[in-house]
Amino acid sequence: MANFKVSYQEDTALFQNLWVKSWLAIFVAAMIALPFLMSRYQLSILNEMGIAVIGALGLNLLTGYTGQISLGHGAFVAIGAYTTGLLTGALGLPFVIALPLSGLMAALLGMIVGIPSLRLKGLYLALGTLAFGFIVEYVLFHWDLTKGDMGMAVPKIGAGGFVIETERQYFFLIMSFAVLATLVAKNLARTKIGRCFVAIRDRDIAAEAMGISLAKYKIMAFAVSAFYAGIAGCLMAHYQKWIVPGNFDISLSIAYIAMIVLGGMGTILGSILGAILITGIPHGIVFLTDAFRETYPSLSGLIVDIKLGIFGIIIVLTLLFEPQGLFGIYRRIKVYWKTWPFKY
Amino acid sequence: MNQEASLQLEIADLSMSFGGIQAIRGVSFGVKKGEIYSIIGPNGAGKTTIFNCISGIYRAKTGSIRFESRELIGLKPDRIAQLGISRAFQNIALFKGMTVLDNLMSARVHLMKYGLIGAAVYLGRCLREEVQNRDEVEDVIEFLDLQPVRKSPVGSLSYGLQKRVELARALAMKPKLMLVDEPVSGMNLEEREDMARYIIDINEERDITVILIEHDMGLVMDLSDRVTVLNFGTKIAEGVPGEVSRNPGVVQAYLGEAG
Ligand SMILES: Nc1ncnc2c1ncn2[C@@H]1O[C@H](COP(=O)(O)OP(=O)(O)OP(=O)(O)O)[C@@H](O)[C@H]1O
Ligand SMILES: [Mg+2]
Repeated sequence: MANFKVSYQEDTALFQNLWVKSWLAIFVAAMIALPFLMSRYQLSILNEMGIAVIGALGLNLLTGYTGQISLGHGAFVAIGAYTTGLLTGALGLPFVIALPLSGLMAALLGMIVGIPSLRLKGLYLALGTLAFGFIVEYVLFHWDLTKGDMGMAVPKIGAGGFVIETERQYFFLIMSFAVLATLVAKNLARTKIGRCFVAIRDRDIAAEAMGISLAKYKIMAFAVSAFYAGIAGCLMAHYQKWIVPGNFDISLSIAYIAMIVLGGMGTILGSILGAILITGIPHGIVFLTDAFRETYPSLSGLIVDIKLGIFGIIIVLTLLFEPQGLFGIYRRIKVYWKTWPFKY
Repeated sequence: MNQEASLQLEIADLSMSFGGIQAIRGVSFGVKKGEIYSIIGPNGAGKTTIFNCISGIYRAKTGSIRFESRELIGLKPDRIAQLGISRAFQNIALFKGMTVLDNLMSARVHLMKYGLIGAAVYLGRCLREEVQNRDEVEDVIEFLDLQPVRKSPVGSLSYGLQKRVELARALAMKPKLMLVDEPVSGMNLEEREDMARYIIDINEERDITVILIEHDMGLVMDLSDRVTVLNFGTKIAEGVPGEVSRNPGVVQAYLGEAG
C-alpha cells in the first residue's frame, strides 16, 4: 500500500520533470531580476499583466473549465475594486482584511448570478451575465458612496507602518498573488473540483448520473471565478489609486474573454499566456505607432477606441483557426519535440 | 410479501409520455439483488426511457420506482446515483475533454468528502482521498484491461474501447445496481465476447446487480437470469430466457418488426 501511495502522489505532482523544473528556475530568476533591470514603464506593464493573469484564471475556471459563458467578469472585478475602495477608504480597514473581503464579496454576488445558470445555457446565460454587468455599472454610477463618474480615491496598501508605493514594490506584491492564484487554480483543476467542472462542461446529464450535483458545482464555479475577479479588482484598485466605473465596463469583460480564448480555454497555462498577450497588445501598438505621433497626433486616442475591435477580431480568428488557442500550439510543439527521432 | 422484500429494485405501474407519445405505459417488474436482468424489445419500445426514469433524468408521470424500498421518483439524478445506481449510456456520454483515468475519477466525487479549501491547497484529507480513490480506480482499470489507454483522451479511442470506458466509469462509481444500455451495439464479435465476459465478472466478482438492455439476443440469452420484453411501451412477457424466447407474443413482436 505504502508504495502505491508514493507513486500515485508522484504521478499527479505539479512539477514532474526536468523540463518543467528548468522553466520554473528561469521564471523565479526572472521574477527576482526583472524589477532591477526594467524601467518603471516596463514594470507597470508587467504589473498590469500580473493582475490580468488573476482575473483570466478566474474566468477560465468558469468558462473554459465549466463551460458557463460569462459576459460579466468585468463587473466582478469592479465589485472587488469598489469593496476594497470602501473598506480601506471609508472604513479605514487594513489591506490584509480588505483583500479577502473583496474576493468574498465578489464570490457572494457570483453565487447569486450563478443561480440562473441552473436553468439557462449558452446565449441566454451570456445575456443574463451581460445584464448583471450593466446593473453593476449603473449602481456604481448612481450610488452616493461610489461617487459615480467623479471616481473614488483608493488608499495606498500599508501594513504595520510599511507602505507599498513604488512600481517595484507593487511588482513583488502582484506577482506573489499571481503565482499563488496560479497554484490554487492548478490544484483545483487536478482535484475532484476541476473534474466536476469539466464533467459539467462536457456532458452535464452524464455528470449528474455519476452523482455530481450540477447546482452545487455550477454555483461553486461562479463563486470561485468571481472570487478571483474580486482579488484582481482589489489589487487593481490599489495599484491605480483611483477608480471610476468606466474602468470596468463591458470592454473589460470582453478583454478577459479574449485572454482565455487566445490563450486556450480550459487550461491554466492558456490563461496566463492570454492575459500577457492581450494586456501587451495595446502597449505594443502604442510602441509601434509612436514614430508617427508627430505627424498624426490623434493616433494614440484612436488606438484606445479600436482596442475593443482588435480584441473582437482576435477572438473570432482564434476560434476559427486555432480553437485551442496558444496552448494548442504549445502542445503541438511539445509533441513534435517529444517524437523527434533523435530523442529515442 | 416475502418475495417482495428480496427485490432490490421494484417498478410498479410506470408510465411516461412525451407530448402525445406514450413511451411507456403501466410497466411493472422487479429485480432481485445479484441478478442480471434484461430488458429487450424492438427499437422505440421504451427501454431507454425506463432507464432514464430510474436514473431520474425523466420524471415519470405515474407509478413508482423503489430502490431498496426507497422511492426514487422525485429525486434528482445525482441523489439517485449516490444511492448506488450507476449508468452506462447507450450513446457514448463520456467526458470527452478528459483522459480515461479522469473519466473514471469523475465517477467517485460522491466518495470524496474534502472541500474547496482542501482542494485549493491539495493537502491533508484532499491528498489522502485523491490517492485512495486513484488506487481503487486503478483496480477498475485493471479489471477492464484499460491499462494501456489510462492516460489517453477518451476522444482518441476506438468506438469499442469508448464503450468499455463507459462501462468502466459506471463501475468506478462503486454502485450496487448498474444500468447498462446496449453495451455491444456496433461492436465486432471479439469485442462482444469480451464485453459479455466483463459484465459477468462485474456481476459475479463485484456482486453488482445488472439491468441490461440489449438487441443481441445471443448475449441476452447467455447472460440473463430473467428477461422482460417490451413492445410499444407495454410489457408483453417476462421470465427466464428459455421461456421468453418461446413466447408466441414475443416472436410476433419481433417478426412483426422484421416484416
Ligand atoms: N426526450 C424525448 N422526447 C420525445 N420523445 C422521446 C424522448 N425520449 C424518448 N422518446 C420517444 O419514446 C419512445 C421510446 O424511446 P426509447 O429511447 O425509450 O426507445 P428504446 O426502446 O430505447 O429504443 P432503441 O432500441 O432504439 O434504443 C420513442 O418513440 C422515442 O421517440
Ligand atoms: Mg434505447
